[in-house]
Amino acid sequence: MRPLPELTPENTAFWTGGAEGKLMIAFCSDCSHAIHPPQLVCPKCWSEKVESRAVPGTGTVYTYTVNHQPWAPGMAVPFALAVVDLDGAPGARVTAEVVNADPESVTIGQKMKVGFLNLDDVWFPQWEPAQ
Amino acid sequence: MTLNAAITGVGMSDIGRKTNRPAMAHLAEAARRALECAGLTRDDIDGISTYPGKADNSPGMSPLGTGEVRNALGLKTRWHSAVPDGPSQMAPIQVAAMAVATGQARHVLCFRALTESSSQTATQRASIPGAGRARLGGWYSYLVPANAMSASNWAGWMAQRYFHEYGMTREHLGLVATGQRVFAQANPSAVMRTPLTMDDYLGARMISSPLGLFDCDVPIDGACVVIVSAADAAKDCAKAPLTIEAMGAALGSQETWDQRPDLTTMGAHDSAADMWARTDLEPADVDVLGLYDGFSIFVPFWLEAMGFCGHGEAKDFIAEGNIGPGGRFPVNTGGGQLSGGRLHGFGLLHEVCTQLWGQAGGRQVEGAKVGACGMGGGFIAGSMLLRRD
Ligand SMILES: [Zn+2]
Repeated sequence: MRPLPELTPENTAFWTGGAEGKLMIAFCSDCSHAIHPPQLVCPKCWSEKVESRAVPGTGTVYTYTVNHQPWAPGMAVPFALAVVDLDGAPGARVTAEVVNADPESVTIGQKMKVGFLNLDDVWFPQWEPAQ
Repeated sequence: MTLNAAITGVGMSDIGRKTNRPAMAHLAEAARRALECAGLTRDDIDGISTYPGKADNSPGMSPLGTGEVRNALGLKTRWHSAVPDGPSQMAPIQVAAMAVATGQARHVLCFRALTESSSQTATQRASIPGAGRARLGGWYSYLVPANAMSASNWAGWMAQRYFHEYGMTREHLGLVATGQRVFAQANPSAVMRTPLTMDDYLGARMISSPLGLFDCDVPIDGACVVIVSAADAAKDCAKAPLTIEAMGAALGSQETWDQRPDLTTMGAHDSAADMWARTDLEPADVDVLGLYDGFSIFVPFWLEAMGFCGHGEAKDFIAEGNIGPGGRFPVNTGGGQLSGGRLHGFGLLHEVCTQLWGQAGGRQVEGAKVGACGMGGGFIAGSMLLRRD
């Protein structure tokens, strides 16, 4: 069973935006800084006007790894894990579980797009190559 | 510059895999050996310091807290510290150095104990953060639910990006792993002492690309104790005090593994820069190095962070034989954690001290006087420069 994140005021938008097909990222309304992982206070200017908004849901692979080791019972391997620089959120990255692709085909610089896997009250972002 | 603190004794238990020996038994053995090394008795110990403190949610990762060690060993300590956050696995030693330098204690017993090997089963790994919890919080709640569960995944990201930018290959990391194995063969207490060839290395199963089995350190059961003493108290000890010339602690980016803007660098870079800013010594003055090798890729990162070569140059530096047996800057001369076993950095410091005291037997670096130690990977890091006068 996949562990689930605890939903908090700062992260609920990120973990539930997928219900509407949206990748929600926290931004500072005062200085426009993209904040990930999301926080209630902007780490750049300490503004408390932090709001989450939808970004395009596309991005570029900064780096990746192909995991071959089953870390938990029943874990199907291999699978690729990428770190994706987000379009529309400069400086923000997400850890990206890669689906619908041969794990060995993932490369640095590749364009990706997001999709969501719903489990309980969480919509996990998952990523696949953008065509 | 010099801190008014020194390392006066080190001790390690008989470490092993699946020893099924209680953590406290390992700890007591390590403590006895460290006291013997320092020429102190348990009555001299008035401080106790550990990382990260007792952790019930990760079986075997940190089974002992300061209180139960105090009770079990009958210590009359007046100062205690258990540090989960801070300058990495080195935190308890740095904190102890500050405690003795400010008179809070005279001789501090710093320890790390693990029963990670015995605690590891098919369904339970001590190293998976948050294992067994209903819901995850904190930085790893963005990694673990995406199945990026293991530090090998996070280190794999850094290695892949570094390979991409600087042309490093698996063969370069293989030189780290096979070189440390040669050192381990000359160290009776290392857990992996059979020869390891480049073919063995390259042929081993992949864990998280580009990191394979021999790029990962070895979970063990064991304990290590380092005694940190006030400078004036250190003069009365059995061995020449190893003066703490400088130390560094820094975390120059977010506390998580995927957000550092340049993942071909680590917190190590901030920490080492901080250390060098506090001393007149230079990398060229260093004789022996203990660099955190939870994964082989951390070794080139630490080499660059500490300025032994430039950024992006570690692959050539390694290929030229600088860090292996007979090299100018020998790294992890006891076999490191890749071959010696994972004592979370304490083993690396133990080895540096052993070298500076000239007691490393067949792997001794002739005339070693200055040692550098760097602990931690990813965002955590602590650096220390030791000098034998
Ligand atoms: Zn702001």
